[in-house]
Amino acid sequence: MGMLDKKYHDSNIIIVSLEKALNWARKNSLWYEQFGLACCAIEMMATAASRYDFDRFGILPRSSPRQADVMIVAGTVTLKMASRIERLYEQMSEPRYVISMGSCSNCGGPYWEHGYHVLKGVDKVIPVDVYVPGCPPRPEALLEGFLKLQEKITGETIIGEKDKDLEAVKAEIIDSNKDED
Amino acid sequence: MKTPEEIFEHLTSQFGEDELSFESRDIGQPWIAVQASKIREVSKFLRDEPDLLFNTLMCLSGVHYPKEEELGVAYHLNSTRHNHSIALKVRVPENEPNVPSVESIWKTANWHEREAWDMTGVVFDDHPNHKRILLPEDWEGHPLRKDYVQQEFYQGIPTGE
Amino acid sequence: MTINMGPQHPSTHGVLRLELDLDGEVIKNTRPNIGYLHRCFEKYAEKMDDYSKVVPYTDRMDYVSAMNQEHGYVIAVERMLELEVPERVEYIRVILAELQRIASHLLGIGTFGLDLGAFTPFLYCFTEREKILDIFERTSGARLLYNYFAIGGLIKDVHPDFKKDTAEFTKTLRPVIKELNDLLSTNQIFIKRTANIGVLPEKVALNYGASGPVLRGSGVEWDLRKNDPYSIYDRFEFDIPTGMGEVGTIGDCWDRYIVRVREMEQSLRIIEQALDSMPDEGDVTEAVPKRIRPKEGELYARTETPRGELGYYIISDKSASPYRVKARAPSFVHLGLLPAISKGALIADMVAIVGSIDIVLGEVDR
Repeated sequence: MGMLDKKYHDSNIIIVSLEKALNWARKNSLWYEQFGLACCAIEMMATAASRYDFDRFGILPRSSPRQADVMIVAGTVTLKMASRIERLYEQMSEPRYVISMGSCSNCGGPYWEHGYHVLKGVDKVIPVDVYVPGCPPRPEALLEGFLKLQEKITGETIIGEKDKDLEAVKAEIIDSNKDED
Repeated sequence: MKTPEEIFEHLTSQFGEDELSFESRDIGQPWIAVQASKIREVSKFLRDEPDLLFNTLMCLSGVHYPKEEELGVAYHLNSTRHNHSIALKVRVPENEPNVPSVESIWKTANWHEREAWDMTGVVFDDHPNHKRILLPEDWEGHPLRKDYVQQEFYQGIPTGE
Repeated sequence: MTINMGPQHPSTHGVLRLELDLDGEVIKNTRPNIGYLHRCFEKYAEKMDDYSKVVPYTDRMDYVSAMNQEHGYVIAVERMLELEVPERVEYIRVILAELQRIASHLLGIGTFGLDLGAFTPFLYCFTEREKILDIFERTSGARLLYNYFAIGGLIKDVHPDFKKDTAEFTKTLRPVIKELNDLLSTNQIFIKRTANIGVLPEKVALNYGASGPVLRGSGVEWDLRKNDPYSIYDRFEFDIPTGMGEVGTIGDCWDRYIVRVREMEQSLRIIEQALDSMPDEGDVTEAVPKRIRPKEGELYARTETPRGELGYYIISDKSASPYRVKARAPSFVHLGLLPAISKGALIADMVAIVGSIDIVLGEVDR
């Protein structure tokens, strides 16, 4: 098991902060939603297949959004599809992450100018954590995107920025405390 | 195997020359222009006549001609038996864009006609399921018309930047 | 009962939505609902200020066989311009198109197996496909969408090792096809799931305008490379495999599948012949016109892609951009016949039927 091998043979107790343990678990088991939209989906499949092998990072495909941690928006998002993407995102359980793969889902890409039926960037309907540029991005680029996401997860705190609602509650509490002063 | 000219002669011997005409331009393939009201009869004849046997409809496309204020439909037929092909063309005015459906003759036409309606706004009479196919049902306008103006919002989502 | 399959579904190969009317487990009616990937290809073709700027968009129609899509388009425009293409270019194009056909079939077969629960063939197929992509990458610089064919020639010459790489690849693929047959084609579980399922009779196939492996699976010997030869396909010897109902009825899912496997062998034959007679010298960009302005007119040009007949209907009005480009995509037509062949099937077989007609949604919706 890689990094833990033979390091703790003397005792079976590891002392670590809860935050770190959670993040460590999260970032090494990023299950993504098996859901492709267009050309990029083929590269996503190639990344998961024999040569590039996603599995070695603990990245596995799940068929249901309810079991997935990360959604790869792989391809052009059309206006007909936009509301469905939103629905799928809402079906995922927290903490959830979104990787926007390819120029189309980043900003509309080649369909930016006359694409009357293309959404100009998936970030107009759901929040995006990592943007991977390219048309289509190479498998290495997608892997890099995942590494960036892992970096992002490492820096997360339990009452972190990720959770906007909690943040708002916190701000409210501080505000009410000020009033009492 | 027959040339387009021979096919046209065969057709005129059956239907006369009033509703059909043979047209070609500088380059490319010639086509037979057919009156909209006759298209179904002509198609049926082309499919069933033993010398012609156009058993497949390869392609059906809608075209907009804003200068003439007309809409056109192009039919590309092919015969796997005789290995020959021909193009038919129908023109209808923009304000009354009705063309009889050939869905009952070639099933391929079902989706292609829906697409032509969706993209250019040609209405196909007697089509069993005359609905948009690529765009959502509540979309405004027909995008492949030359005067198409893109709607700004679709269900509250901006279509532009 | 009506159930909804897609647009997010692991085995719909993209964003396809099927509304299924069921009676118990039996499908009474299928209503495919498409357009979730409509990217306005035809509008783009009209808006581009040059014929050659449409080529990258043709790539993105059927992204699994981009070379074949480009081939069809450049042939159509070359016919409009009455342009002669150098010998060497034709050979390179044919080799690339056939390599792409193999790559596309490998992906189609791999995902078809995956849908039916066979994971190993998927990995085997992808290993081989990556080798083809390596050749393409050395040639054009891209893995998936190449923009390599230019009107009148190619963007640039091939890699110096192109011949060697391709010849090596053809040698390694043959044993893999045999392996694939052992793993999948003759696998009893696979046969049980595909034989006698989704039978498409010849007459229905023709009436619905089917082409490519779907039509050939129904026993019709129809291949545009033979029946309406384009490029230099009339110089090569190859057979047209058709479905023979070896394990079930003619025109079932297994027949459509096996046609693809056998087509890969035929493509290898074409590649080997082309490599033998391909000229070594020659400028591939010499016939590329600086200005593309066809005369007035229109044509419908068709080519055989891995999925079937791809037609481009182009109208020129003497200006620098096409007046109208309509792409007749084989997947679009094949999806239209899905209701006809899925009627009366069990719901679990729907996945097999969709997989066997091998659709690419980019091409369906354009």
